[in-house]
Amino acid sequence: MKNTETIELTKEMKASSPPTGFQVIAREFMKDKLAMFSLISLIIVISGIYIWAWQIDQTQLMRISLRDKLAEPGEKFWLGADKGGRDILGQLIVGARNSLSIAIAVTLITGFIGVVIGLVTGYFGGWIDNIFMRIIDFFITIPSLMIIIVFVTIVPKYNIPIFVLIMSVFLWVGTARIIRSKALSESRRDYISASKTLGTRNFIIIFKEMMPNLSSILIVEMTLNFAGNVGLETGLSYLGFGLPPSTPSLGTLVSYANDPFIMENAWWNWLPASLLILLLMLGINYVGQAIRRSADARQRLG
Amino acid sequence: MWKTIVRRVLVMIPQLFVLSLLIFIMAKFMPGDPFTGLITPETDPARVEELRIKAGFYDPWYIQYVNWIGNAFQGDFGRSYTFNVPVSNLIGDRALNTLWLSLLSVFLLYLIAIPLGVLSGRFHDSFLDKSIVFYSFIVYAIPTFVLGLINLFFFGYELGWFPTSGTVDIKYDSGTAGYLWSKFYHILLPAITYALLATTGIIQYLRTEIIDSKSMDYVRTAKSKGIPINKVYSRHIFRNSLLPIAAFLGFTITGLLSGSIFIETIFGYPGMGQLFIQAINGRDYSVITALVMLFGFLTLLGSLLSDIIMSIVDPRIRID
Repeated sequence: MKNTETIELTKEMKASSPPTGFQVIAREFMKDKLAMFSLISLIIVISGIYIWAWQIDQTQLMRISLRDKLAEPGEKFWLGADKGGRDILGQLIVGARNSLSIAIAVTLITGFIGVVIGLVTGYFGGWIDNIFMRIIDFFITIPSLMIIIVFVTIVPKYNIPIFVLIMSVFLWVGTARIIRSKALSESRRDYISASKTLGTRNFIIIFKEMMPNLSSILIVEMTLNFAGNVGLETGLSYLGFGLPPSTPSLGTLVSYANDPFIMENAWWNWLPASLLILLLMLGINYVGQAIRRSADARQRLG
Repeated sequence: MWKTIVRRVLVMIPQLFVLSLLIFIMAKFMPGDPFTGLITPETDPARVEELRIKAGFYDPWYIQYVNWIGNAFQGDFGRSYTFNVPVSNLIGDRALNTLWLSLLSVFLLYLIAIPLGVLSGRFHDSFLDKSIVFYSFIVYAIPTFVLGLINLFFFGYELGWFPTSGTVDIKYDSGTAGYLWSKFYHILLPAITYALLATTGIIQYLRTEIIDSKSMDYVRTAKSKGIPINKVYSRHIFRNSLLPIAAFLGFTITGLLSGSIFIETIFGYPGMGQLFIQAINGRDYSVITALVMLFGFLTLLGSLLSDIIMSIVDPRIRID
């Protein structure tokens, strides 16, 4: 009896209540052809990169062969070779995989830290909020790009996980701030007070009741952060403070352009990686904007 | 108003203090010591040891910190070990270069972004508006170093319109008109690159502001009084939207600073950003610590400036 009642009720709600969450996002994508196109091409490109990179032997790829020094694009190397005679296309694929993996890892870690800190400080307010706000204020004032670079140079055993950690330490702040301000207003809503009066534990209120209502903002935040992290990782690698030199990265390929001779005469060394970064950033940002529009009812197209 | 500013400045002090402590400890962890660069096979090890003791290399870290911060307050950040000059002189020269680059960038930024924002808002939903929004989206998404390199490749190398590195041609004597022109010419391409990258914020802001004010009462009143439509835009809407744009100056300063590392590296422009990368590669601690402190200070100043301008322009956003 009770079960059928709930089913009836949810059916009714589905019919009458406005569409939520993924439905809205899906509708927004259907309305926006360019966003749809970006999403599909991103999925194809990213999965293509991962499958292809999986079949490339990295040690074989990074072996120096001076006979092929700066070979032009042709039959042997589709995108030519670098100063060490190494295949650019292979490095592009493996590099893109590395850059994307790092950006994904950093996005997930900072997203997790940001959400937990943002929700907790926003929900409890008071002295907890005060302490974390001072910490966040501090992080905002520091020139983080410079400090990350200094960190990278002082860490003795430098590898990919440590690089991810160093980046994450400085990048959770933005997410925490946004989630906090939303959680602050959300925690004053009636349903939260009602839940509190019922004696629900804070932990449950925060993560089971409040968080789902902030999920759309969170998805937007994570998508745009992801784009930002691809940019930051490739930027740091470009400057020479990203991945270790033996590991291909899109940024390292772009940094070949620092040699004026290569810049002018061997465009295939750096231009493909630059364009790939540009396309990835455009695609991810476009998808992010579309999700943002669906999170904000006033901006929706559909 | 003054109360707020004083309080904001007072909050800056502990923030700078924590930053200085952090950067000092990090510098202590850097491999090698500041005298590594001075050691040649002919140097007497005892002499180097003496120098180390004299410079306080073996003092406890907190004494070293107090000495460092005390000197820093008097503008003395020690000596650069790779360039062998006082850090303040070194940074002074480079800071001037970065300042010129930033001034031109900000000028070009407003020159490009304001007309685009106004046009986009005034003719919104037209083809023009859509192209401007699309343009601002692209420059928002593109990373600094990618746009910098592509600009350098096409306009510097392929087309040869701009010099590809440095600040001035050596053939000119300082002070002549040719010298000044050459200097301007050298910073033009990096400045354009930076200005393009920063346009998105201003364009978006002006666009929404103008679209919003179209339906405001004061605009309708002005229109019904028979004021020509161009005048309504230039006198009423534009003026109301313009002032908050000034508040972007603070954020622009902050953005310029982190961007300067990339822009100056790509265009071989000897400013503070390039100096930082050189100092890191040369393990030049005194220069690194001084630059990070300076950038931190400027970042704080930028956000303070934005808040002050905001609170003058829009009394609703009082900071206290």
